[in-house]
Amino acid sequence: MEAIEQGIGKIFTDPDPDKARAFFRTKSRKLESKVMSVKEAVEKFVHDGDYLTLGGFGANRVPIAVAHEIVRQGRKNMGFAGHTSTHDFQILCAGEVFNKLDVAYIVGLEARGLSPNARRYMESGKVEVSEWTNYSLSVRFKAAAAGVAFYPARNVMGTDTFKYSGAKTIECPFTGTKYVAHPALYPDVSALHVHESDIYGNCRVRGITVSDFDVARASKRLIITTERLISNEEIRRDPSYTVIPYWCVDAVCEVPYGSYPGNMYAEYFSDEEHIREWLKVEEDPEEFKKFLDKNIYSCKDHFEYIEKNGGMHKLLKLREKEFMFLKARD
Amino acid sequence: MADYNTMELMICTAARELEDGASIVVGTGAPNAAAMLAQKAHSPNLVILFEAGGAAPLIPEMPISVGDSRTTWKALMASGMCEIMETCCRGMIDYTFLGGAQIDMYGNLNSTRIGPDHQKPKVRFPGSGGANDLASFCWRMLVMTPQDSKRFAEKCQFVTTPGWLTGGDSRAKSGLPLGAGPYKIITNMAVMDFEPVSKRMRIIGVNPGYSEKNVQDNCGFELLKAKKIVENKPPTAKELSILRDQIDPYRYVIGR
Repeated sequence: MEAIEQGIGKIFTDPDPDKARAFFRTKSRKLESKVMSVKEAVEKFVHDGDYLTLGGFGANRVPIAVAHEIVRQGRKNMGFAGHTSTHDFQILCAGEVFNKLDVAYIVGLEARGLSPNARRYMESGKVEVSEWTNYSLSVRFKAAAAGVAFYPARNVMGTDTFKYSGAKTIECPFTGTKYVAHPALYPDVSALHVHESDIYGNCRVRGITVSDFDVARASKRLIITTERLISNEEIRRDPSYTVIPYWCVDAVCEVPYGSYPGNMYAEYFSDEEHIREWLKVEEDPEEFKKFLDKNIYSCKDHFEYIEKNGGMHKLLKLREKEFMFLKARD
Repeated sequence: MADYNTMELMICTAARELEDGASIVVGTGAPNAAAMLAQKAHSPNLVILFEAGGAAPLIPEMPISVGDSRTTWKALMASGMCEIMETCCRGMIDYTFLGGAQIDMYGNLNSTRIGPDHQKPKVRFPGSGGANDLASFCWRMLVMTPQDSKRFAEKCQFVTTPGWLTGGDSRAKSGLPLGAGPYKIITNMAVMDFEPVSKRMRIIGVNPGYSEKNVQDNCGFELLKAKKIVENKPPTAKELSILRDQIDPYRYVIGR
């Protein structure tokens, strides 16, 4: 089939499902404990040059501990899916972790404004970009999860977003109308934060799901951070709650408050004060360097970061806000 | 006449466009305030959805993110990106509210970059997010934005999100779903729609205190004019009290 039109953007990952199948053929199906620290998980599964995806929605149910650890360990030259990314993007830009980027939503933190440092990085010319949309990247993961090379959709046609993407338009074999074919996106490695997982990686998630279930299935390697570990008996008691099966998962890290300073549905609200401070301090590159030393480079792990920003007292306030936000405002 | 600022005026004008029983996907900020106001003032059965997955919540206060917990507060469903976007693509969603750094005479929007070099832009903005998807799929796209001749540009430096593309039947030929497109543009000065054949932006109503000339002087391209241009109604005391007391008591949006 010949493409009618073609975007000029690069495709940073191979959409060929047979190559992906050859990889997945070798992926372990063993029911064994994958529990390890975030540090070990990143050492083992995140490499320079890999294509990375982070789950959640910017500052909601995001694997912050993994993002910090990637920066701390100094990963470079990565590819990244800027899919609904906000605070997570801000963290990766701070470490100049990636230089290839699929853009759907970047630089902004929604109603909070734009990140000065992320903007500087994106305006530096150091990053090669292809343009997509949130739905485009969602269906690119969906195609990969389904083991096919592309997914047909009806967005982006006629716009520069298409022109600067790696998508193609094709003729529908049934109706003769035009469709855009979005190439499958198989990340080398992804990290998701979930509510509950057993030691094998069978996961439960509450609240919105964004594109996480497709990301989990599309990824060659998958790191799960979980608010808490639960028993395998509990998983087997009612399997209807399982949304990610263990065979997708390579590492399980128990990280309570793992989405901090982001929001975690039915657990804790986002720490808007800290995010505001982060945005403000980015205005001055020297101050920002000190801020990063304090909050990432000098921290042993996620808990030290939380300790430095109010610890358990702060977390309890954020829990109250999540459950009572009708009245509990700063 | 009640005292009000331009943000309050835009939100109240926008809210009146949303009739009872309609469905809408919104973002954060002013569009969210407009949808909440419509629901509380005159459209109790307005179905509000968020692209991250929240569906039909009873929004307690304005979300800071379209994925935060307020978007699923007492909602009917907590779903995902594909569920929401596919509901739009299937033809079930009537409205969406979008914005951008630039808008042209066909309602195309730029939220990607300023400057000619894509790999090294002068100013980098967030990109499409879900905007291109929602503008492609939802039946009627609304834009709420302050009006000046820089923002209302002869040509968008980058068309992130489709309006009527290059006008006429260009959108129909593009492959985008038929019959969907920009509907109304609500600014601090006026309300515009699009002339049905050329698909060019057209003044249909002017806000109190502004003239047609003010509107044209603050636009970077020539606006068409409807045969009859109405004077838009100012916000009512009831609308203002809901907006100020219930929706945005901390003046996050209306204080801007």
